[in-house]
Amino acid sequence: MKNVQKQKRANKSLPFFFRDEFRVSLIIILISLALLITTFTFDIVPPILNRGIQPAAFPKALLVLIIIMTLLVYYLATKKPWKVQKKLPKSFFLTLLSFLIFVVVSKTLDFFLGISALSIFVSYYWGEKRIIYLLLVGIIFPIIVFIFFETILGLRFPPGILTNIYYS
Amino acid sequence: MDNLLLMMAPLFSSKLLLVLFFGTLFGLILGVLPGLGPTTGGALILPFTMTLDPLSAIVLLTSIYCAGTYGGAITAVLINTPGTPAAAATCLDGYPLAQKGEAGRALGMATVSSTVGGIFSVIILVFFAPMLAKLAYEFGQPEYFALAIFGLTMLASIGEGSPIKNLIAGAFGILISTVGKDFMTSIDRFTFGINELTEGIGFIPVVVGLFAMSEMLTQSTLINQVFNRIALKAIKLPSKEDYKKTWKTILRSSGIGSFIGVLPAEGGTVASLIGYSEAKRFSKKPEKFGKGSIEGIAGAEAANNAATGGAMVPTLALGIPGSATTAVILTGLIIHGVRPGPDLFREQPDFLYGIFGAMLIANVLFFIFGFFGAKIFARITLVPNKILWPMIFAVSVCGTYSLNQSIIDVWIMLFFGVLGFFMRRYGFSVVPVIIGLILGELVEGTLRQSLVIFDGNWLMFFTRPIALTFFILSLIALAFPLIRAKKIKK
Repeated sequence: MKNVQKQKRANKSLPFFFRDEFRVSLIIILISLALLITTFTFDIVPPILNRGIQPAAFPKALLVLIIIMTLLVYYLATKKPWKVQKKLPKSFFLTLLSFLIFVVVSKTLDFFLGISALSIFVSYYWGEKRIIYLLLVGIIFPIIVFIFFETILGLRFPPGILTNIYYS
Repeated sequence: MDNLLLMMAPLFSSKLLLVLFFGTLFGLILGVLPGLGPTTGGALILPFTMTLDPLSAIVLLTSIYCAGTYGGAITAVLINTPGTPAAAATCLDGYPLAQKGEAGRALGMATVSSTVGGIFSVIILVFFAPMLAKLAYEFGQPEYFALAIFGLTMLASIGEGSPIKNLIAGAFGILISTVGKDFMTSIDRFTFGINELTEGIGFIPVVVGLFAMSEMLTQSTLINQVFNRIALKAIKLPSKEDYKKTWKTILRSSGIGSFIGVLPAEGGTVASLIGYSEAKRFSKKPEKFGKGSIEGIAGAEAANNAATGGAMVPTLALGIPGSATTAVILTGLIIHGVRPGPDLFREQPDFLYGIFGAMLIANVLFFIFGFFGAKIFARITLVPNKILWPMIFAVSVCGTYSLNQSIIDVWIMLFFGVLGFFMRRYGFSVVPVIIGLILGELVEGTLRQSLVIFDGNWLMFFTRPIALTFFILSLIALAFPLIRAKKIKK
């Protein structure tokens, strides 16, 4: 509890642009503004064919609403600052990196190779050092999943090194 | 009495019992797998049903429907990943309870309330099908719009975040539902030149991303923490006290689910969200919702399974599917030469009551599988995270891909996983996003169609009695938490 209070005070002493509430609100507003600008590029239905409201009207209203509510959230946060979040640990960034590895491997090599790579990477960095368990999560389990989806449910997976061998 | 005997017919046919057993088991497996579900399962099995007689075929499809709807709760409780969209609300309290080491209690409650909800709706189906079908017929676009608004009133009170943050998340969910071709004019919205986005963003990639992938990222921040989980508690089932506490919620949600299910194109997902929201509204301890409330699980699960029977009403009585899965069942009926409609009740009562009986038995069967399997399923929570989460990732990715066999769905799932993690980190609940996404299409679609009908006159909404009733209910629903909060303060 003492630590939390110390963190809260530290947050108040921070310049506003370093505070979470400012940065989060700013990101939401900037994205909403970008999307709002995008809505002006939507095609317009000619008046003779238009029935009811234009296709851009509903998303526009929603985005304006989001911006107003975000400003309100920020205003309320200036009265009652948000709790300061702990710094994210290395394991989080490594898991995020594993997502990236999965995307790259499955795009360039093979979908199941991507799953295997992520499974082994995550399991290892989360503390599993035993080879037998790494093989279980990285190879045996993905094979079971593949067989289930491919043979029982008749699913066709995207082409890749391993799937091409299997399908040929 | 004759109808009751007709309903019991499947019990005396070994072939139908075998079909029911297989359908229930298959439905459970499909329900457990994220991305798959009774709709996909029904569609997959549809060609196979051609080898069966019409009653066996429809019994197979309905048993998959009942068991698949329940099966979604198992993964929702154990790994925070709803196996079916209808189980999204079950995550809210099921997973926190499992995290406390009480997975067996959560699963047991989900099983019992699903069974009661399912059986309740079949009883409703038997006695009130023709009458309810007529009521559903009264629902036009303005009434659906009012119903969707009623559904949106839960946004402010659902989840743990502040009401304004919930509303922002809900508006974002509705915004996601606008991605793709506009249904009225076919104009592209937020597609950014990506062809795959013209169909819109699917529900499954968003749900699996926001719940499962974001949870995986959350777990990655906790790997150095030591949890003192009491292993034995994980396999403990609900107590008598739990049932005493929840029977009213189960009955209320069963009624809500049956009614929502009757409305064409609604179904279990909307029913479970409204069932959950109403359970919270009526609860003596609403502050416990989202933190492992047994009432929350009961409210959501009874409603989504009650919607199965409800959804069969317009399907059988009017030939209008009450949900995505009943659309598959309707296809099954048509390809087997059965013409759904009011005449079906008069001309083929044996066939019709055979289906009702099969649904009843399917509910009992999944109760047996679920209740006695709960102790086994609950042990999943005891598997170390370093083994469990890579496996969940593999199943989630394949399940999401399987929906449209589209790799972009997998990327969308990962994107929402990262987004969900940061949303939760900064106090934005992910649940309103799901609600917004579910109701978004309904809100915009019915609003625009109503305005066309009313020639742009917004006031016309208040001239329709059913719509007006829902608007009044929405106001009451919004005011109720405020009034109660004031009472508690006093």
